Amino acid sequence: MSPEKQPATSRYGSNAGQPLTRRDGILKVTGRATYAADNHPEGLLYAVMAVSRIARGRVRSMNVDAAKAHSGVVEVLTPANRPPLFHDPHEKMPPFGFRVEVLQDDSVRYGNQPIALVIAETLEAATEGAALLDPQYDTEPARVGREAGIRFDPPAVSIGGPPKTAHGDVEAGFSNAAITVEAEVETPPQYHNAMEPHAVVAEWDGNRVVLDMPNQALALSCASYAAFFGIPVDNVTIRSPFLGGGFGSKAILNGPQILAILAARMLNRPVKLALTRAQMYGPVGHRGQTWQKIRIGMESDGTLTALHHRSLSATSAFDDFLEPAANASLPLYASPAILVEHEGIRLDTGTPGPMRAPGEASGSAALEVAIDEAAQACGMDPLAFRLKNYAETEPATGKPFSSKALRTCYEEGATRFGWSRRPRAAGQMRDENGLLVGWGMGTAVFGCPHFPAEARATLRADGTALVETGAADMGQGAWTALAQIAAEALGLDPDQVEFHSGLSTLPDAGIAGGSGHTASAGLALNQAGGDAIAQLSDLAVNDPASRLFGAGNIGLTARNGRLYRRDDESRSESYAEILARSGRSDVVGTAKSNRDPTVATDHALYSHGAVFAEVKIDPDLGQIRTTRLVGAFAAGRIINPRLVQSQYFGGMIWGISFALHEEAITDKRTGRIMNADLAEYHVPVNADVPPLEAILVPEDDAIVNPIGVKGVGEIGITGTVGAIANAVWHATGSRIRKFPIRIEDVLSAR
Amino acid sequence: MPFSISLTVNGQPNSIALDDPRVTLLDLLRERLHLTGTKKGCDRGQCGACTVLLDGRRINACLTLAASLDGSTVTTIEGLADGAELHAVQAAFIACDGLQCGYCTPGQIMSAVGLLSEGHAGDDPERVRELMSGNICRCGAYQGITQAVLEAGHVLSQKTGVPDTGVQENGRNAA
Repeated sequence: MSPEKQPATSRYGSNAGQPLTRRDGILKVTGRATYAADNHPEGLLYAVMAVSRIARGRVRSMNVDAAKAHSGVVEVLTPANRPPLFHDPHEKMPPFGFRVEVLQDDSVRYGNQPIALVIAETLEAATEGAALLDPQYDTEPARVGREAGIRFDPPAVSIGGPPKTAHGDVEAGFSNAAITVEAEVETPPQYHNAMEPHAVVAEWDGNRVVLDMPNQALALSCASYAAFFGIPVDNVTIRSPFLGGGFGSKAILNGPQILAILAARMLNRPVKLALTRAQMYGPVGHRGQTWQKIRIGMESDGTLTALHHRSLSATSAFDDFLEPAANASLPLYASPAILVEHEGIRLDTGTPGPMRAPGEASGSAALEVAIDEAAQACGMDPLAFRLKNYAETEPATGKPFSSKALRTCYEEGATRFGWSRRPRAAGQMRDENGLLVGWGMGTAVFGCPHFPAEARATLRADGTALVETGAADMGQGAWTALAQIAAEALGLDPDQVEFHSGLSTLPDAGIAGGSGHTASAGLALNQAGGDAIAQLSDLAVNDPASRLFGAGNIGLTARNGRLYRRDDESRSESYAEILARSGRSDVVGTAKSNRDPTVATDHALYSHGAVFAEVKIDPDLGQIRTTRLVGAFAAGRIINPRLVQSQYFGGMIWGISFALHEEAITDKRTGRIMNADLAEYHVPVNADVPPLEAILVPEDDAIVNPIGVKGVGEIGITGTVGAIANAVWHATGSRIRKFPIRIEDVLSAR
Repeated sequence: MPFSISLTVNGQPNSIALDDPRVTLLDLLRERLHLTGTKKGCDRGQCGACTVLLDGRRINACLTLAASLDGSTVTTIEGLADGAELHAVQAAFIACDGLQCGYCTPGQIMSAVGLLSEGHAGDDPERVRELMSGNICRCGAYQGITQAVLEAGHVLSQKTGVPDTGVQENGRNAA
């Protein structure tokens, strides 16, 4: 196989829907895909951040002289000499702005906060220089944990979301309930830990700057950097061809990148900053801790009468992102009364932010455990209980779903897993080695946001196309799936489409987040392609020399690089012929797309799924292994089943991680995270992951957006966490409501 | 005090002037030789993104001081394909979708090449999972990775009777 040309998998029918391999596969397996820190402009300087070793107080002194005296060190940026910025870092920049730490003063508000930036000729010198700073602190006690935090009623959760939503009368619902269950569930702080640490290479030319950085929101970021540096937005160029994972952490502007860009301007040389792994546990966001309470009221046959979900969501001492965990109870189970509420708690931690399925992951974990307890309380099979309370319309609003193939997901997942053989009671199964075996399930759900996006599609004289949009490929496969959508719109083979992406000077593809990128950028590509074909059609039908002349009212179809008369397919012309005859070198189609806003006001828009898990637990040692995981998901039209399956697998593995592995542990005495590294902050390794199955349940959705695409990137976490926790109960009879579930929890619960 | 080491990288002998004894093999490759295919994920030997073959054996380049490598042979991801022809492991990673963001991929592939040439895995997925567990993939491409290693092992052993990865113990490319 040649690295230059990768044969597409054989395909039938349209380009979208085919399991093509990744277009960037060759680059990625040969080491030629360039990530931000791989760049080395001429004259490059290296920056290394010094971060606080306390979680609250102030930096009394640093030995800047010692650092500067070290051979190779060029400059040390501290609050004393940091050049001015043109935007107040305490002012949040809408819509996704967060307060940032950019050496504005000597205060320390969390562990690992940037306190200085050392810039040197080599990475080694900058690293040593940062170590020589030897900061001294005035330390104040860190506020760690639920008891020490400061509680408040938040004006909003997540990004501007309502903190409280009520439907019906929950108190009346509980009064009418024959059975009521309550579950308190705790979820830990989690850190994105993309394999690629946050990095930037900044190079100024006058008052223009080029930034190599992984970025999930190019246009928004350009505007933010322009504001911080007091330059026109067009003077900021961001190159982000590949992200080494994002998971939400690379959509938000952070302080470290601003400092490196500032240093490059100050020193008039390009500067590279790559965070150390430890430094990613602080200034670049995380999933905030939650303490959730769920109360479920039901009739004796399991019919829900009330659902009350409260989340105490942690944030930093100085900013307001709150995990909207309780909202997970709004879209899923039919109940005449639902109340979701959020309370905030301030801790001395870096500000949380969106992390893969923000709110949905934590909230689903709690809800699915509580639903399992509810099923147990009324003596029902957990699947039967969920079907009993299946929502035909969105529970909290009564809106119809644009599509919802969840019943099929339940059926296909359950059949594949063998759910019908599950004993109702816990502690009934052992394997041939005497391990406890448990089976659990959870429902998966995730919304379908849509962002404004733009694209350009140029049909060229040779009949091929150039397609451009500033999309972000962070592993989900945007290069491939978006090119397939464009190829389909243009009636071309994907190999005939040159796809340019990952650059802020291209048309804005919106945000790569919320599982909405394929739908949002895809719609823009679909419309830009349609515009190009319409222009080409006009050329043909108005040209008396064309075999398609006068077919304007009949209409044309575009396929395989040719336009065909709809009523007579024997009459056709290639794109190249039409362009050549018209004397045009190309036609350029453009689109600025968004979803019709009435779609979301009139409909409930969600992907759905069902996840079934098997765990095995050593009865003596308490060791828990996920041994089987089957998910069935319905997410509208699937553009590339191979890549979508990988997205589901990735999400399900994040579910395993949430359930059994991940937790940042904060030292109560110092407020510092004790396991800020990949050895002690556990994420699954290959041996932790059992054989996975993801069933792609067909679902047509003509409403959600004109291309029928829903999101697949985050839904896999939801459902999976609860399924594993419920399987642990089924194996042991112990309800463990604190994540991650640990060996000691299993042993002490016996 | 500057000193030099001789280091064969992807078949090319080099005399490398080192002005700093603190330089790791990883930073030498990335920042001085601009062979950036090898990735830095943790700089602590915990994630495996920087896995390369040193004299045919898998190592974490971040834990290895360049100054200690005089006379050694290093194979990185850039040295794996034979011209335009992908190595069987590289091709299998694409076919099995054993990658997503691609950042851990060079390390995964070098680990896979190493373990196949050591003949440890055979066709047992459990052993592959265990032996590949020094390489973290945060995207969660493990199922494809495991499948890719098994398939590549199969392809390589069909070619030669043994899973010859093209990299011998002395690190020279067999071709």
